[in-house]
Amino acid sequence: MAGVAVSTTINGDSVEYLCQPDETLLDVLRDRLGLTGAKEGCGTGDCGACSIILDDRLVCSCLVLGAEAEGRRVETIEGMAHGDKLHPLQQKFLEHAALQCGICTPGFLIAAKDLLAKNPDPTEEEIRFGLAGNLCRCTGYDKIVRAVQDAATVMKGA
Amino acid sequence: MVEVTLWGALGQLAGGQSKVEIEAKDIRELFRKLAEQYPAFEPLIDRGIAVAIDGTIYRDTWSKELPQGAEIFLMPRLAGG
Amino acid sequence: MNFDPRFSGRKFTSVGTRPIRPDGVDKVTGRARYGADFNMAGQLVGRVLRSPHAHAKIRKIDTSKAEKLPGVKAVITAADLPDLTDGDAAMYDILDNCMARTKALYDGHAVAAVAAVDARTARQALKLIVVDYEVLPHVTDVDEAMNHHAPLINDAIFTEGLEEKPVKPSNVTKRSQFGHGDVHQGFGHADFIVERSFKTEQTHQGYIEPHACVASVSSDGTADLWVCTQGHFVYRQHCAQLLGMEASKLRVTSSEIGGGFGGKTHVWAEPVALALSRKAGRPVKLVMTRDEVFRASGPTSATSIDIKIGARKDGTITAAEATLRYSCGPYAGSWAEIGAMTAFACYKLDNVKTVGYEVLVNRPKTAAYRAPSAPMAAFAVESAVDELAKEIGMDPVEFRIRNAAQEGTRSSYGPVYGPIGIGPTLEAAKSHPHMKAPLGPNQGRGMACGFWFNFGGQTCTDLNIGMDGSVSLAVGTVDVGGSRASLSLVAAEELGIAYEHVKAIVADTSSLGYNDMTDGSRGTFSSSMATISAARNAIKILRERAAQMWDIAVDDVVWEKGHAVAKGEKHGNLGKLSLKEIAAASGKTGGPIAGHSELVADGAGVSFATHICDIEVDPETGSTRVIRYTVVQDAGKAVHPTYVEGQYQGGAAQGIGWALNEEYIYGKDGRLQNPGFLDYRIPVCSDLPMIDTQILEIPNPNHPYGVRGVGETSIVPPLAAIANAVSNAAGVRMTHIPMSPPRILAAIEAERGG
Repeated sequence: MAGVAVSTTINGDSVEYLCQPDETLLDVLRDRLGLTGAKEGCGTGDCGACSIILDDRLVCSCLVLGAEAEGRRVETIEGMAHGDKLHPLQQKFLEHAALQCGICTPGFLIAAKDLLAKNPDPTEEEIRFGLAGNLCRCTGYDKIVRAVQDAATVMKGA
Repeated sequence: MVEVTLWGALGQLAGGQSKVEIEAKDIRELFRKLAEQYPAFEPLIDRGIAVAIDGTIYRDTWSKELPQGAEIFLMPRLAGG
Repeated sequence: MNFDPRFSGRKFTSVGTRPIRPDGVDKVTGRARYGADFNMAGQLVGRVLRSPHAHAKIRKIDTSKAEKLPGVKAVITAADLPDLTDGDAAMYDILDNCMARTKALYDGHAVAAVAAVDARTARQALKLIVVDYEVLPHVTDVDEAMNHHAPLINDAIFTEGLEEKPVKPSNVTKRSQFGHGDVHQGFGHADFIVERSFKTEQTHQGYIEPHACVASVSSDGTADLWVCTQGHFVYRQHCAQLLGMEASKLRVTSSEIGGGFGGKTHVWAEPVALALSRKAGRPVKLVMTRDEVFRASGPTSATSIDIKIGARKDGTITAAEATLRYSCGPYAGSWAEIGAMTAFACYKLDNVKTVGYEVLVNRPKTAAYRAPSAPMAAFAVESAVDELAKEIGMDPVEFRIRNAAQEGTRSSYGPVYGPIGIGPTLEAAKSHPHMKAPLGPNQGRGMACGFWFNFGGQTCTDLNIGMDGSVSLAVGTVDVGGSRASLSLVAAEELGIAYEHVKAIVADTSSLGYNDMTDGSRGTFSSSMATISAARNAIKILRERAAQMWDIAVDDVVWEKGHAVAKGEKHGNLGKLSLKEIAAASGKTGGPIAGHSELVADGAGVSFATHICDIEVDPETGSTRVIRYTVVQDAGKAVHPTYVEGQYQGGAAQGIGWALNEEYIYGKDGRLQNPGFLDYRIPVCSDLPMIDTQILEIPNPNHPYGVRGVGETSIVPPLAAIANAVSNAAGVRMTHIPMSPPRILAAIEAERGG
């Protein structure tokens, strides 16, 4: 099968790649571009471990084709920190121990970033529903919710 | 001489006894003598038997001494998650 | 090595604080490498062909077309994994489960595998493999499988543990029995007796990371395996044995692990990946899909349990009896046995009897799931205990306190208890504000207790002190939930240095001696013991070096707060030498400074928990909402309290999912109907409230810091606590887990109709 040539922007950088027409964006990120921060937990859009932001919209990259990224902006976990300065969400996840095994963490951070971009002052319920597309099996979500609440407070003050 | 309590399946292999008396200073000697007296125990010892000494469960410390008068209880070796 | 593991009651500086974990930044930036995040040059993609039948004889497998497909580099079947198990029945079962030999025993059982240049070619190749099956009758239900007319899964199995040797084969592999006293007599003294039957459905650990590995076998017979596992040393042993390799030639590196909960204690696809790599002569990456994880890894047992408990009017239990039937998948296990041991472990009973039956079914092999087998037994027992309290007219907490086991009690599984925490967790629950909080309409409160053994095991740790005085700690227990942070705290505590100067890693199998798996809540218990021992060995050397630097006798040097201190009047002017100073001089005082430890960590203290929860039930739909949840558990000593809380909360959340939603659903055809997260629904953020935790610290006498394991006990009480809450809210006793809306509605309607 002939490859599709794609020009896109990933974490602010121009990127070009060839991919198969049936290849997911998740596979492109992980297998072609070496960006393994997004994880495949299910491949069916149920777990959110592969969450990325595509033109300001939170998506499961396992449900997007690599070819669909043409001309768009992709944000992944690898672009979340500024240089060596962590994003407040990343910092608060560490401080609150909002991760145990950490496999879901990149997806949660991306989803939480998207949530706070749209709703900078969410209630606990809004956080819980905002993150309901991401599965975590280790934490029971308690510390994740607290970390997002704390990060929201910090980000409002900034 | 220590008195050793066997769990159900082991008791059956020992001819229906639930307790046996063995002269043994540590777990290793206990297992050796049990295997001598009850050859049917051998595969179970190989598979793993835990020994509770006064309530503390030992799975691998075969050098653990068996104090006189201590309660010695044999248990199946279990898996965890 | 003379290491004294006894509890010393010391005061702590580092232990008990809550620093950021050493692997944290990598995990929030996406840099941490999990099973599927590793690649090798020239690597192939491995894929497994799985049986669509629950039970079928494999007549013939034709791989010739697949082999001819361009891009396919290897195709294997059971013939490429010859039986080298030499009569070891347990290993043979592992081999047969990795690749079916003569029969496919469940929907999803591996029958062949391919390695190809890319995923698409591998998928195409699977379609070209022709398997000639003779479909056999199957059985997936635990009670049906015990029926005499049920299809036999293995005609070489004769029930073990019966008084008389059976003459006919059976799906029941073993009967086990525990207890003491005379239950018949005990029930004779009872004023009230509750007798009930319960069922629980099969659930999966549900780790978010599917099994993944990269295997690379060289033509010289050496091999590397990168894999997500709870026990890379055990994986090495199993893989080496199944492939006929020397263990030392196989280097296994444990990746970061994306959850395990018991499910990554067994090899599944790893021997297959190694066999593919051996045949293809190239590295092979094999990653399971979520569908494969559900169908072909190791969920927990489905169970059927009968309980009978009797008590006097004053609330004293006079006798307790349980019959427990646990599904094992198609291979023998000891799951009911564990259920039979743990069922009544919370209580002081003069007369108790439990009987367990291990039952083969055409479902995937049962594997450990967090305190394996205990949650189902606790569900049945704690439901009956609640009901009995109600019949007597006693408060359920008071009833449990009255009958709780204590130091000196003969446990239901045999031995007499040392110091234990069931009483304190119940007292803490009783006085917890949650118990007095008002309930709204259609809400019910439930509580329940749980017990788990906790294990230790073989452990090896290296502690190396760098020339700059910083410390590298290499442990062999896989870090599943923050143990590198806890173990760094322990090393810092012993050495008397700051946490920031310790860096803990999980070493690969070629760099460190053998370690048992991270299971049985043993990670922090065992490796902290080994770390303490290694640090004490290092301190001995540090003292020797300081003595050399001062030119005094080593016996005059003691270690205090990170410094060598010369003791005695004649050394009054020597001052102190810091660890850093001694390390800097080490090149001229005898070379590198290190402490090693190889030990068996035994004597892990048993652990107890009490959970309280409030559930709201919608009487029109049967749907439920968890309103409030509280966990009280004894940790012995919480080394890093935040991660202890995390274990409590995570276990509770898994238990909530199990209690309310999660179940394997099989069709009449024996196929799993819901092998995905859409239809096998684990709790999401919006399903749960905050989970309140209370850590009790009743020191384990067999650990220097008093540590018990904390990882597993937290999943034991939730099924029962929630069942009691739902039963109280709905006004009808729930006896079947999960309590999904249709089951609750059916129970409510039956109660109304009846």
